[in-house]
Amino acid sequence: MTSVDTDRTITLTVNGVPREATVPVRRLLSDALRHDLGLTGTHVGCEHGVCGACTVLVDGDPVRSCLLLAVQVDGHQVTTVEGLARDDHQGGQVLHPVQEAFRECHALQCGFCTPGFLTTIAAGLEKRDNAAELTEDEVDDMVGGNLCRCTGYANIKKAVHHANAAMRDGAR
Amino acid sequence: MKPAPFRYADPSTLDEALAVLSDEGAGAKVLAGGQSLLPLLSMRLAAPTTLVDINRVPGLDSIEVTGDGVTVGALVRHNALLAHEGAAGVQPLLARATANVAHPAIRNRGTTVGSIAHADPSGEMTSVLALTDGTVSVAGPGGVETVGWRDFFVGPLETSVSGPAVVTAASFPALPARSGTAFAEVARRKGDYAVCGAGVVVTLDADRRVERVLASYVSVGIVPEVHDLTEAVAGKPVDTADWAAAGELARTLVEPDTDIHASADYRRLLVGVLTERTLRDAAAEAAERAA
Repeated sequence: MTSVDTDRTITLTVNGVPREATVPVRRLLSDALRHDLGLTGTHVGCEHGVCGACTVLVDGDPVRSCLLLAVQVDGHQVTTVEGLARDDHQGGQVLHPVQEAFRECHALQCGFCTPGFLTTIAAGLEKRDNAAELTEDEVDDMVGGNLCRCTGYANIKKAVHHANAAMRDGAR
Repeated sequence: MKPAPFRYADPSTLDEALAVLSDEGAGAKVLAGGQSLLPLLSMRLAAPTTLVDINRVPGLDSIEVTGDGVTVGALVRHNALLAHEGAAGVQPLLARATANVAHPAIRNRGTTVGSIAHADPSGEMTSVLALTDGTVSVAGPGGVETVGWRDFFVGPLETSVSGPAVVTAASFPALPARSGTAFAEVARRKGDYAVCGAGVVVTLDADRRVERVLASYVSVGIVPEVHDLTEAVAGKPVDTADWAAAGELARTLVEPDTDIHASADYRRLLVGVLTERTLRDAAAEAAERAA
């Protein structure tokens, strides 16, 4: 018999760490990450799938965390912006090449939309053959679902190329 | 901007899903990709009493390709269909239209069958189901029923499905011989809902003359429709057919609405422009396939 619930206890792996939370079934993944798991790097903009600020990776694929219920990721792997940097084994962290490229290219201003861009682009670049030429169309398709109202996108697109080149040359 | 409270079940078989839907009554709603449903919940435009999540039901995530057509299961994500070369080979409209569905992050989660069951007149795949003369499979307590697209779409966001039921698949017949297709949209931003979209199929006869021209539009009208534009170009050699005349004909057949994004007149203009543009591409493809 299938259980029909108003609350559920879920277990998921967030940024490589097993986590557990008891949530109302109506809790959005975006809110579960921020409020139940304390990971406030995921920003909540429009809450209806338009802005892309809350994009996280579920099993490696970019998805809108405001368009998923927390109960739907029970048993799955989630990567948030906090999970992009890697441990440098000297007590610090090494930024992901996309984060490095955003800093290098001045691809953020207020920073509100940035977590969604970083997760989306990181997944997009990791999935592609970095040796293949990165076309403007491909970049537009990659970032077109994320809204930025500060930068005008020029520097964000520059950062995508920059990160792709860094990853082609062996970063990560 | 938070969903109203509801109850949640994630059954592990189709029979269990139907049983829960039956027990929970008319307030229960099926959840698949959720990319249209979740915004409706968050904006409180919908407040189902129960969500029945079918994501754990096995066997619904396959794409079956035969010479006759492509059958897409209820849990196939847009991106999986977009990347499926076998499906694109049998019915090229599938990948061409899916590429226009929202953004990659939405396509990773949203399902093709879900967007058809959602019956949004601005959805791409509803038009493609109509244009290809497709059907959906609806599972209910009495078994699985095959429903043609004309009987399925009733109104905006409304289908003929009633009672406890799950739309388990959509079937798109193969592109006929000596035929070509094209799909194009005008949107305010890449990946946005189309202000107007057009899908077309051009079929030639054995002498490379135009035999049949069909078109279906996105964000035009309240339910998907297929318009026969053949009379504008019937019997004309493919290389010299007057595709602009077919576009003109299309403009007289459609009944678009005005909304905040575009007037009805502008949409009608776009129908003409997109029809001509897509027909040229589809005709070139048909000529190639007929050679």
